[in-house]
Amino acid sequence: MKYLDEFSNPDLAKKLVDQIHEVTTQPWAMMEVCGGQTHSIIRHGIDQLLPDEIEMIHGPGCPVCVTPLEMIDRALAVASEPGVIFCSFGDMLRVPGSSADLFRIKSAGGDVRVVYSPLDALNLARENPDRQVVFFGIGFETTAPANAMTVYQAQRLGIKNFSLLVSHVLVPPAMSAIMESPTCRVQGFLAAGHVCCVMGTHEYPPLADKYQVPIVVTGFEPLDILEGIRKTVIQLEEGRHEMENAYPRAVPADGNKPAQEMLNDVFEVTDRSWRGIGVIPQSGWKLSHKYREFDAEERFQVTGIHTAESALCRSGEVLQGLIKPHECAAFGKECTPRNPLGATMVSSEGACAAYYLYRRLELVGS
Amino acid sequence: MCLAVPGRVISIEERDMTPMAEVDFGGVKKDVCLQYIPDIRIGEYVMVHVGFAIQRMDEESALETLANFEKLGILEEEFGDGFALAAQQAGEPHVLDTEESR
Ligand code: SF4
Repeated sequence: MKYLDEFSNPDLAKKLVDQIHEVTTQPWAMMEVCGGQTHSIIRHGIDQLLPDEIEMIHGPGCPVCVTPLEMIDRALAVASEPGVIFCSFGDMLRVPGSSADLFRIKSAGGDVRVVYSPLDALNLARENPDRQVVFFGIGFETTAPANAMTVYQAQRLGIKNFSLLVSHVLVPPAMSAIMESPTCRVQGFLAAGHVCCVMGTHEYPPLADKYQVPIVVTGFEPLDILEGIRKTVIQLEEGRHEMENAYPRAVPADGNKPAQEMLNDVFEVTDRSWRGIGVIPQSGWKLSHKYREFDAEERFQVTGIHTAESALCRSGEVLQGLIKPHECAAFGKECTPRNPLGATMVSSEGACAAYYLYRRLELVGS
Repeated sequence: MCLAVPGRVISIEERDMTPMAEVDFGGVKKDVCLQYIPDIRIGEYVMVHVGFAIQRMDEESALETLANFEKLGILEEEFGDGFALAAQQAGEPHVLDTEESR
């Protein structure tokens, strides 16, 4: 167990790993939903500490990876418009569109800026009244409250030259879609802790019941993940399928009520397309009618988008847990973080990039 | 980018009709919106995601998580210069890292 001494508390880590080995009597496949968890698992070799019977399937929980190609192309088109200041989180810069990425648009003279908070983009709009400031609003339920508040503030402060290019996605409908898929092998879920900080845990007991799978709300640190896996295996071995909260220090059952109220005001649920997966019904948010004037899709009528996904890339199968990144023939060859063919190779939360960063030597040789 | 990072509230003020705080993440200080955790007080810990406090946290778990994140390089990734990072990942360390992201 070469990795154990890297844990913040190796004794506790060993205890958790030992317990997982003790309780496991048969093969189980479980999915960690969130890309932050995928990163942690691969980085710390957590999957290699587990009994051979336990397979970790890496889920679609990286918003950078699942933002549809069409939306990336639209962002690139808007960012190229004269007079536009296009703001984004840093991890979107290198996500490949059909023919470029935001980084290239900036090199070609586009005014692309990285902000820490969407409120920074709103301040830019206030400081540049003669420019159009657009923020690329991606993310799961964790990120959506920040973008919702920014639009609310834009309306309240009368800042008209701000708009949001919305591509928000929701975790529970994606979990349902995974379970409904005929090729599904998932028998249990580690649910994304920080999504639950906002939304609470009430969405999961019905899913656990409907699909007969344990769902354990789990944090991101290596010990949190081991504990989440331990709780999931115990449920599986005992034939239970319940929602359990293994991350109570950050996740109260109710989540964050004021944030939920803001989300209900600013957004409404809509069908969303997920890159590599396709349309999942009712799986995202768009601006509600009241805030429609801040919708960048309405403000900038981008037409003539013809998406072209790399023919080599199998990120859709990676995102659905059907293959592991290194089973893609392009992994580490045509496709590297320096020259990513698919979004899962860009973000460090994408499974392909995590495997490349921490596993490539053992997987494809040097 | 889905991670929330714990930090300590060091000052609170009202700006644009909104409660805002300065939050210390193990040395890095950032402006944070308190709209969703309005009753937090100076000295307490919050989980912060993209400039918004989304949950409160007790001091002990907050400090432990913060120490872990620092060790894992997550703080740097979260608060570092996005353009420099992207340039570095693209294998162009010298192209943009001297350029201000304005
Ligand atoms: S390794 Fe690259 S090409 Fe292959 S699935 Fe991952 S992102 Fe796509």
